[in-house]
Amino acid sequence: MTISTGVDELPIRSGDDVVRVRQLVRARAQEVRLSLVDQTKLVTAASELARNTLVHGGSGTATVETVHREGRAGIRAVFADQGPGIPDVDQALTPGWTSGSGLGLGLSGARKLVDEFAIDTAVGRGTTVTVVKWTR
Amino acid sequence: MERVPVLSLGDALLVSIQIDLQDNTVLALQEDLAERIVATGARGVLIDISAVDIVDSFIGRMFASIAALSRLLDAETVVVGMRPAVAITLVELGLSLEGVRTALDVERGMKILRALSDHRDLPVTDVAEDLVPVAEGGGPAAGT
Repeated sequence: MTISTGVDELPIRSGDDVVRVRQLVRARAQEVRLSLVDQTKLVTAASELARNTLVHGGSGTATVETVHREGRAGIRAVFADQGPGIPDVDQALTPGWTSGSGLGLGLSGARKLVDEFAIDTAVGRGTTVTVVKWTR
Repeated sequence: MERVPVLSLGDALLVSIQIDLQDNTVLALQEDLAERIVATGARGVLIDISAVDIVDSFIGRMFASIAALSRLLDAETVVVGMRPAVAITLVELGLSLEGVRTALDVERGMKILRALSDHRDLPVTDVAEDLVPVAEGGGPAAGT
């Protein structure tokens, strides 16, 4: 069973908000003592996902919480928007595939950098991406 | 939006990034650098990222495009001071920063720029093989 504590929610409406999300995720990752490399991976993933929320979703929220399972701590971050949704998730998760002018590494890259990755999307309803990084 | 200052140092431009980079800041830096290269006739651009705690795909792509546009304006770019955790994350992300020359610190970066401007007559690729100090060993160095 996963227990969660200390839930923080931030809006994502601008580039400055993306920076704030990174700072919050970094602070929370330090609290649970993720290693420096794991902190960096999680914050980088959060940066990709927060940008997606802003650019593709229009705006949205980031929810960051501490989670505990079987004696281990971790950070869960949820990025939610009510934008257009993703018509083809498999395609969106393919490294190098891009819907715009980017490198197509945002979603696929974020998935590689975390321990758990889930995406819930529907066309016209929005997209929610949930990631978890656990301490070792 | 904060701006990253661009300093002149001899015939090079020095950029030391000390703030949390948001996308517009990086885009503005790219434009500032292009203008300053032309205005000063700088032959080299040194970007110190030792204080940067994450480089995601957007920021990484901007380093690559700054290197590319500098080259078009007859200047070489060296990115210095990448943190080990940032390098590990970039490789895992699948971003190799192709075309971006790197060095471990500002001193080594300046040495590369000086050597390059001394060897202007040689093709850049010939010079680069001897000069890129972190091309081997798995780092996201240029030329691998």
